[in-house]
Amino acid sequence: MIEFKNASKTFRLGKREVNAVKGVSLAIEQGEIFGIIGFSGAGKSTLLRLVNLLEQPTSGAIQIQGVDLATLPKKELRKLRRKIGMIFQNFNLFSSRTVAGNVAYPLKLAGIPKKEINERVSELLSFVGLTDKANDYPEQLSGGQKQRVGIARALATSPDILICDEATSALDPDTTSDILRLLKKVNHELGITVLLITHEMHVIQSICDRVAVMEEGEVIEVGSVFDTFTNPKHPTTKRFIKSVENDLPSAKLLREWREKGGKRLYRVTFKGEITNAPVLSQITQKYSVDFNIVHGYIRELQERLFGNLLISFEGNADAIESAMIELQSIVDVEEVELDAG
Amino acid sequence: MRVDWTTFWPRILESTGETIFMVILTLIFGSILGIGFGLLLYVTRKGNILENQLVFQIMNIFINIIRPIPFIIFLVAISPLTRLVVGTTIGTWAAIFPMTIAASFGIARIVENNLVSIDPGVVEAAKAMGASPFQIIYTVLIPEALGPLILGLTFVTVSLIDFSAMAGTVGGGGLGHVAMTYGYQRFDGSVMLVTVIILIILVQLAQWLGNTISRKIMRR
Ligand SMILES: Nc1ncnc2c1ncn2[C@@H]1O[C@H](COP(=O)(O)OP(=O)(O)O)[C@@H](O)[C@H]1O
Ligand SMILES: [Mg+2]
Repeated sequence: MIEFKNASKTFRLGKREVNAVKGVSLAIEQGEIFGIIGFSGAGKSTLLRLVNLLEQPTSGAIQIQGVDLATLPKKELRKLRRKIGMIFQNFNLFSSRTVAGNVAYPLKLAGIPKKEINERVSELLSFVGLTDKANDYPEQLSGGQKQRVGIARALATSPDILICDEATSALDPDTTSDILRLLKKVNHELGITVLLITHEMHVIQSICDRVAVMEEGEVIEVGSVFDTFTNPKHPTTKRFIKSVENDLPSAKLLREWREKGGKRLYRVTFKGEITNAPVLSQITQKYSVDFNIVHGYIRELQERLFGNLLISFEGNADAIESAMIELQSIVDVEEVELDAG
Repeated sequence: MRVDWTTFWPRILESTGETIFMVILTLIFGSILGIGFGLLLYVTRKGNILENQLVFQIMNIFINIIRPIPFIIFLVAISPLTRLVVGTTIGTWAAIFPMTIAASFGIARIVENNLVSIDPGVVEAAKAMGASPFQIIYTVLIPEALGPLILGLTFVTVSLIDFSAMAGTVGGGGLGHVAMTYGYQRFDGSVMLVTVIILIILVQLAQWLGNTISRKIMRR
């Protein structure tokens, strides 16, 4: 659907060069919600703008359904851009046009007859739940409503792809959830491929199928959201996951645990079907060991469960050892340094 | 020598008409040229839709040279050009020509400033929707800048009333001419007073009209 082939973008600011995107190769599949996460300045926006050629790649290529937009004549490029909807962090609505006028704008550009435009606009406004705001001006709307207008406008020309530049970063948490739900609906009901960029891991966690992590212009990790969350490789990825799932108690709690002569702590992580079986209980009973869950979480990610628990075990040292060995054959277990954190 | 008011009132009326005529015509010609120059300045700016350093720099320098010249000096300085284009340096049309030139440079800057203050994100959104540079100009840049632009043009109109009076003193028609010949050269205070009052009314009217229209466009 969207393929980056060793794409790079270098900005020249006088004598200084900024390598905003460095040799990115990525393939976004038809019908998926693909998220790109990275800290500010990682090059996410630049990468996204390469998709509809708002930025020209310095080297490499980007193909949309097999077509390299950079090779098209200007007129063809403008036509193809109608098949790639785009929404923005700051909405970028036309303040001189009403809500309906904003949504009608891309249709006017496309030369659609007025009657058809009106029908399509009311259809789109009802899709995003803003029918009653048709004649309002953007300044009269809340942030969430503005983004709904942005989405309706981006969908007007029935695109195959929707690209989202930090679409929820200017919104409060409740509104963010609303907009994320709407994006999911766009993907499910209209079958539109969604490519979004964000610096917020919870956005990835709540709607994306796959994720790429970007740092200093490079993609450092790609995978399904489930795999990335359950088995992150790169330290930056781990940091992002920590931002939504804190998997260690605070240093203070750990210190208190140690000072009270606390036992050794083990991190037990498990995913998928294994969460359905009473593994922990069975094994500890078998070896007559007690367990105590100190900290952790169990989450649903992409409709699969994933658990990450800190557990202490009490009982005969040899029995604990044997229990650990058996447990390790089923789930992931690692000992946690007590002075960590 | 006292003024004969029975012949003088029609004269005042006629001059007021001339002033309004000069201002409106200058405003029309000046706006056409000025909006064109302003748009050209904006779109050829670095990073904008029709970036062109050469065109931008030439226009920019040209405007910067012309703009600071006081109008009364500019008026005299370009009189050879006025004679060439209009055929004379006396009368209403001879005033309209230099006023138009001066106004169009002023308007160009005002237009450029208003365009620069448009959020570039909006232009980018239009581009992403497949708008051509020309479509961006008339469906995004102009409508988005229109409210403040009308205020800018109102400001220009007020200066034009001022310019027209100046032009009147050096051979152009209008109230400036009346004030000069009757009020100044013949030391008639009452004529001076009448012209001043009429000028004040014209300025107030222009300002009120401009405010009303721009308020309507900006919905404030
Ligand atoms: N038009 C531009 N000109 C010069 N530098 C730019 C431009 N756009 C982005 N950059 C630089 O490229 C880098 C990546 O920026 P960006 O893609 O906006 O990152 P992100 O969206 O991840 O925050 C930054 O260092 C930024 O300053
Ligand atoms: Mg960005």
